[in-house]
Amino acid sequence: MTATHADYRLSQLDQLEAESIHIFREVAAEFEKPVLMFSGGKDSIVMMRLAEKAFYPAKIPFPVLQVDTGFDFPEVLATRDNWVNRLGVKLIVASVEQAIKDGVVVDDGKTPRNRLQIGTLLNALEEGGFTAAFGGGRRDEEKARAKERVFSHRDEFGQWDPKNQRPELWSLYNGRLHEGEHMRIFPISNWTELDIWDYIGREAIEIPSIYYSHQRRVFQRDGMWLSETPHNPLREGEVVEERTVRFRTVGDMTLTGCVESTASTVPEIIDEVAAARVTERGATRGDDRFSEAAMEDRKKEGYF
Amino acid sequence: MATDTQPTTGEPTTGPDITTGMDLLRFATAGSVDDGKSTLIGRLLYDSKSIFEDQLEAVESTSQSKGHEYTDLSLLTDGLRSEREQGITIDVAYRYFATPNRKFIIADTPGHVQYTRNMVTGASTADLGLVLVDARNGLTEQSRRHAVLLSLLRVPHLVLCINKMDLVDYSEETYNRIHQEFTQFATKLNIPDLEVIPISALQGDNVVERSQNMPWYSGPTLIHHLEHIHVASDRDLIDARFPVQYVVRPKSDDFHDYRGYAGQVAGGVFKPGDEVVVLPSGMTSTIAGIDLFDEEVAEAFPPMSVTIRLADDVDVSRGDMIARVKNAPEPVQDIDAMVSWMTTKPLQPRQKLAIKHTTRTGRALVKDIQYRLDVNTLHRDQDATELGLNEIGRVQLRTTVPLLADPYSKNRTTGSFILIDEATGVTVGAGMING
Repeated sequence: MTATHADYRLSQLDQLEAESIHIFREVAAEFEKPVLMFSGGKDSIVMMRLAEKAFYPAKIPFPVLQVDTGFDFPEVLATRDNWVNRLGVKLIVASVEQAIKDGVVVDDGKTPRNRLQIGTLLNALEEGGFTAAFGGGRRDEEKARAKERVFSHRDEFGQWDPKNQRPELWSLYNGRLHEGEHMRIFPISNWTELDIWDYIGREAIEIPSIYYSHQRRVFQRDGMWLSETPHNPLREGEVVEERTVRFRTVGDMTLTGCVESTASTVPEIIDEVAAARVTERGATRGDDRFSEAAMEDRKKEGYF
Repeated sequence: MATDTQPTTGEPTTGPDITTGMDLLRFATAGSVDDGKSTLIGRLLYDSKSIFEDQLEAVESTSQSKGHEYTDLSLLTDGLRSEREQGITIDVAYRYFATPNRKFIIADTPGHVQYTRNMVTGASTADLGLVLVDARNGLTEQSRRHAVLLSLLRVPHLVLCINKMDLVDYSEETYNRIHQEFTQFATKLNIPDLEVIPISALQGDNVVERSQNMPWYSGPTLIHHLEHIHVASDRDLIDARFPVQYVVRPKSDDFHDYRGYAGQVAGGVFKPGDEVVVLPSGMTSTIAGIDLFDEEVAEAFPPMSVTIRLADDVDVSRGDMIARVKNAPEPVQDIDAMVSWMTTKPLQPRQKLAIKHTTRTGRALVKDIQYRLDVNTLHRDQDATELGLNEIGRVQLRTTVPLLADPYSKNRTTGSFILIDEATGVTVGAGMING
């Protein structure tokens, strides 16, 4: 607790934390079957921390769902396991590979894994009968997200209708659903990238090591540094070299680029983020680059 | 109680906390593209380095492809494809920027009358409302409506920005005239704090930099005002209110008998040892301890999310409220409120709706519509028999469960509610309790 009680003020980070904890508790109280979508990224780790705090000393009263693209960074999976074991929470892994085998999604060899995640995720939500799925989306990430509600309604096809969202006032959230529908919940809507880092620093919590500066064999594609991996064969003219890099987001290894960086501690990363002139998604996410409305389109289909 | 926090992969942080010590200001802006609202927001974001190069590039290339000669900053805020296609802001968009002292959350709302519900939504969480007028046009119906809505939602601070001063030769007389006109209008409203700032969002006068063109103006720049306005004192620290959200019962070996009531403090200050009453049962007890994660805290105040433990084994569940024995709200079932209606199917007497108030949910019957408020003129239409989309009126409700409510003018959390259509599940109304 870093608040100065003398004048009854809460720092902005404490206010954000209090708001997020309130949202976690509302969902646990009002929904029959919530689930926390865990990507292994820093945002979903902050979500785990907030959920831990919201119900302490009880355990988190819902399971954690991860969509395994098959192209995940091993460091991310290791961190996921550490968190899940420490909190004693149930982990459900929905595998894109398995979904392809089962015919739930079709791998045409061209569609990125991120896109196949959508079908895999919706199928896992449906199979589990989950009525509320927590996601780590933030409104500062992207302009379609800037208009998303904290309680974001999804129809029976898992689709988001941006033009027909429920008004959301004060801290009164409406969790009404019909059969087959579900709600996406975004407890960290009002956090910025800087807030996330500050919180990770303050709470001293474990995040995947690839967020910190390290040596990596990389090659350049579309102006991004991508990891050398058997999943991503080199194209003509691409050369692998070793660079000192770190990742600003984690996702599908074949699409998520890294940036050259020597930032190896949270404060160094904060300095870097504060000075950055390109959004984290714009810099390192191939999947958001396809069109100006790429995120809006994926969200409508049921993306996180 | 001890935690078993895992060692971090990175170094433990001892470095600068850029955002930890800062406080937060939430403000709502209203206006149309014509008033220069998007330009103003664009400037605030740009001057505080909150717009990134790739965002600016995307906006520049879209502006060019549309044939604009200037960079259309409204494209930054109009996030949905339908909005970009129509060139208007439809929905509330939330924007973030920070200065060294403060983090700001902007609820950017459309100004047209058909989007009143979006403005109400944006204003509901705002500490401050920013109304923009075009210096050439002075007060318009729209700017009056914005002020009325901000006043109705009890946004405690209002800033009137008289924009496009560059187009009226930075005239002091124009500023004085609009200032006076607005002050006169504002006497009919509830605006505890008003600041009127002459600016040019396009040229940057008095936004971040003090204007060299208006030596006659001695007030603050917009950003200085936003940074320094005192908002912590807007919260009610007297009337202790704690709506119970969730009962924490670990039933584990380490916490076998632990029973805590989790919630967010809605008013007042709670301390261990306080004598409290649980509503609506009326049972009394004493606060044994207040937990914030694995720490016990000496005090809890708004908007902290904490877990309260009581000394006695009383029956407490979600929807109950913990308050002080000598200062507790009266449970009420007859509600008199201003209701903002948000759907096309009108609100009518005899209608039954679901109601959510703090952590309590019940049903409500519309007993009577007393009048419809014209948000442009403040005229009260007593003959109104229904409220249509985007209309606001005074409504009498009867609820199935008693609400543990305060007047909205005293507490924006315990004085507000939402109405939900039971068939569609959609939020159709927002209410502010009179008293």
